[in-house]
Amino acid sequence: MHTIAEAQRSAVFPEVNYLSARHTVASWLFTVDHKRIAMLYLVTISIMFALGGSFAALIRLELLTPAGDLLDSDTYNKVFTLHGVIMIFFFLIPSVPATIGNFLIPLMIGCKDLAFPRINLLSYYLYLLGATFAIIVLVRGGVDTGWTFYTPYSSTYAQTEVFYATMAAFAAGFSSILTGLNFIVTIHKMRAPGMSWFRMPLFVWAHYATSLIQILGTPVVAITLVLLATERIWGVGIFNPNIGGDPVLFQHLFWFYSHPAVYVMILPGMGVISEVITCFSRKRIFGYTFVAFSSLAIAVIGFLVWGHHMYVSGQSVFAGIVFSFITFLVAVPSAIKVFNWTATLYKGEITFEAPMIYAFGFMGLFLVGGLTGILLGSMGADVHFHDTYFVVAHFHYVMVGGMVMAFMCGLHFWWPKMTGRMYNETLGQISGILVFVGFNLTFMPQFLVGYLGMPRRYHVYSEEWQMLNVMSTLGATILGLGYILPAIYFPWSLFKGAPAGDNPWDAKGLEWETTSPPPTFNFDEENMPVVTEEAYAYVIERNTLGAR
Amino acid sequence: MFENYLMPESASTIAPRVDALIWVLTGMSAFFFFAVVAALAFLAIKYRKGSDANRDLAHPDNDALEITWTVLPTILAVVMFVVSTAIFLQYRQIPEGASEIYVTGKQWMWKLQHPSGKREINSLHVPVGVPIKLTMTSEDVLHSFFVPAFRVKQDVLPGRYTTLWFEATKPGTYHLFCTEYCGTDHSRMIGSVTVLEQADYQRWLESDDSVMASNLTPGEALYAKHGCVTCHDGGDAARGPMLAGKYGTEETLNSGETIIIDDEYIRESIYNPQAKLVAGYAPLMPVFKNLINEEELFLLIEHIKSMEDTEASN
Repeated sequence: MHTIAEAQRSAVFPEVNYLSARHTVASWLFTVDHKRIAMLYLVTISIMFALGGSFAALIRLELLTPAGDLLDSDTYNKVFTLHGVIMIFFFLIPSVPATIGNFLIPLMIGCKDLAFPRINLLSYYLYLLGATFAIIVLVRGGVDTGWTFYTPYSSTYAQTEVFYATMAAFAAGFSSILTGLNFIVTIHKMRAPGMSWFRMPLFVWAHYATSLIQILGTPVVAITLVLLATERIWGVGIFNPNIGGDPVLFQHLFWFYSHPAVYVMILPGMGVISEVITCFSRKRIFGYTFVAFSSLAIAVIGFLVWGHHMYVSGQSVFAGIVFSFITFLVAVPSAIKVFNWTATLYKGEITFEAPMIYAFGFMGLFLVGGLTGILLGSMGADVHFHDTYFVVAHFHYVMVGGMVMAFMCGLHFWWPKMTGRMYNETLGQISGILVFVGFNLTFMPQFLVGYLGMPRRYHVYSEEWQMLNVMSTLGATILGLGYILPAIYFPWSLFKGAPAGDNPWDAKGLEWETTSPPPTFNFDEENMPVVTEEAYAYVIERNTLGAR
Repeated sequence: MFENYLMPESASTIAPRVDALIWVLTGMSAFFFFAVVAALAFLAIKYRKGSDANRDLAHPDNDALEITWTVLPTILAVVMFVVSTAIFLQYRQIPEGASEIYVTGKQWMWKLQHPSGKREINSLHVPVGVPIKLTMTSEDVLHSFFVPAFRVKQDVLPGRYTTLWFEATKPGTYHLFCTEYCGTDHSRMIGSVTVLEQADYQRWLESDDSVMASNLTPGEALYAKHGCVTCHDGGDAARGPMLAGKYGTEETLNSGETIIIDDEYIRESIYNPQAKLVAGYAPLMPVFKNLINEEELFLLIEHIKSMEDTEASN
């Protein structure tokens, strides 16, 4: 076995690869290569993340003082709405699946491309269409309904660009459906010889579960948004009680998708963590089947808990009790994953490269996000917490502390594979630590200020809460720095980074058996991979341990 | 000083119970959090690359362990569910004889009506030690009535009544917030709840800053103004059912089903009279939807409730 340093010294950048295949702009815009489409997505969602992040910066600046002095009320309402819409529909939902997942699933299961390469390109353009609608909303003056679009405010009272905003989410939704469809067919039909279901990397299992939610849940939100537009444009009474509708119906339909969508925003991240923890512990994952099935359990049970967003909405007590019970149960498969990742470290050979720093960060933050979810699933406690900053802190711990950490973790882990170049390792580690520290400083005070009673979506607040808000803004500044660093060293590495070699981490998995970056059809076409061992067949070289 | 950053003020009978629940759940979460983090830190240090820890591992998986850490959290989850739900049911059990206040939310203010007809905007005065029931509706979009010091919150919907109750335990002035996003001035749809000692409350009630000069209650005046009495006087030839003494009783409808006459039913019968006709009566009543607003409706309901069946009591 060679060490990582040795592997890299001898590495050369492969002459034939998907990046160098053709250089024209058209060869990128009309590509059907899943790797190029993944890179198109990566660039686009990074821009959207920067946009959504700049809205977050405005929110935190405004909340430095209790008075509404930086933005007026209408502007503030538009800023938090756009922050939510952009981050959820245009960053979190496509984040891992459309970029890392798109790039890796064919490589991990040993095939040349996804099952439907052209649909994959279509899915990218639908996403781009949605993003264009979002930009139209922005240019025409914004939208102020909150990302939840609650009726009858959104359907009757709002004077802003609700229609274009729903069209943005609608188009992005179809992009998500097509990606999920493509993954399911690919995973069923295109696995390499020997790649049985239980030899698949857990990253693939996680994406399979995610895809199920995408294709079953997303059509419901699409219908809901059409109904909302119908009421808004033609005045057909669906949600507004003044014309015969029911506003709570909207909440049921909206959360029927949007709660499972929370799992679309975390399951792929969990898949990333399973890959990274095993690699940097040099261990097979502890409890493979339990981790795999917990993904499916989360996807299935996750469809039955939407009513926990509605304990104080006017929903019946009985419905609330049933939803609360199932909500407590859905905590269990997430706990199983955390326990198994922890146990994977046992008797491993652990190193702390940048991806592993991010993976540890993920576990700490996801734990807090998950456990505070129990307080919100509890009906007795949720009455007080509902729609306060406690909820804001909770879902940021899951979405940002969980998914964004996992996204960064995966990007650092597979960047050498995707680009063929190494980034600066020290800067990677520093960024991981900055994000972790900044994140906690931003959102921990929000749990407290929420418990004290500060409602969300308030831009004017009571003076006694200023100190906690100032801490939060300070943390957000550090967090921002942590995200700006990779925006510098990743592009830098494209030009100056050392060639990565096929397998810089000495990791297991088919994606590491081809060149970095891989050729257009992923593997040597004469010699497609055959799988002969289980996933994560890491072996610790015991005889070398004493020498170091 | 730190209590200002850790504990919200607590001023209702349910608040200490909710706090106890929150801190028990937090304690349990903290236990799991620190247990997992300690395990992660311990394993990461002990098995860091280059350490001379023993790495012999005969059985990489351990089903007994898997079952343990599946079953134990499940049991714990069920226990937490039961305790949490028990507290929630207390939120929903409105004590008999609670004194009733009507709340109308509209962009961007709270309007509150006491049974005496006394009205307030963005401020609510209540006596200490008396259960208070709020019946709430909205003139426009969704709102939510939240008093952090009481730990109570309930969404307020257009076209429907929702209720919440509390019993204040400590005189003082507390925040009232709207917690369902409702447009431009959502963060200014705020007010206060002032809890008074019983005697102070009586004095406040009798202070005449908003009481009507007429000897009719506002509900009585509306009842007369809209001519309700012409059909609902209870005479033999009356075109509509008698209302006096009917609140809270059972009534049979044209469709054959029976309903209880409550706030929601009265509201529906005024806004959409044909929806649920009392058996034996023709669909003659006009729709009052655009003639009576939500606040007036509360006054009418209050009046109808107070009407006594004079014949029966004779």
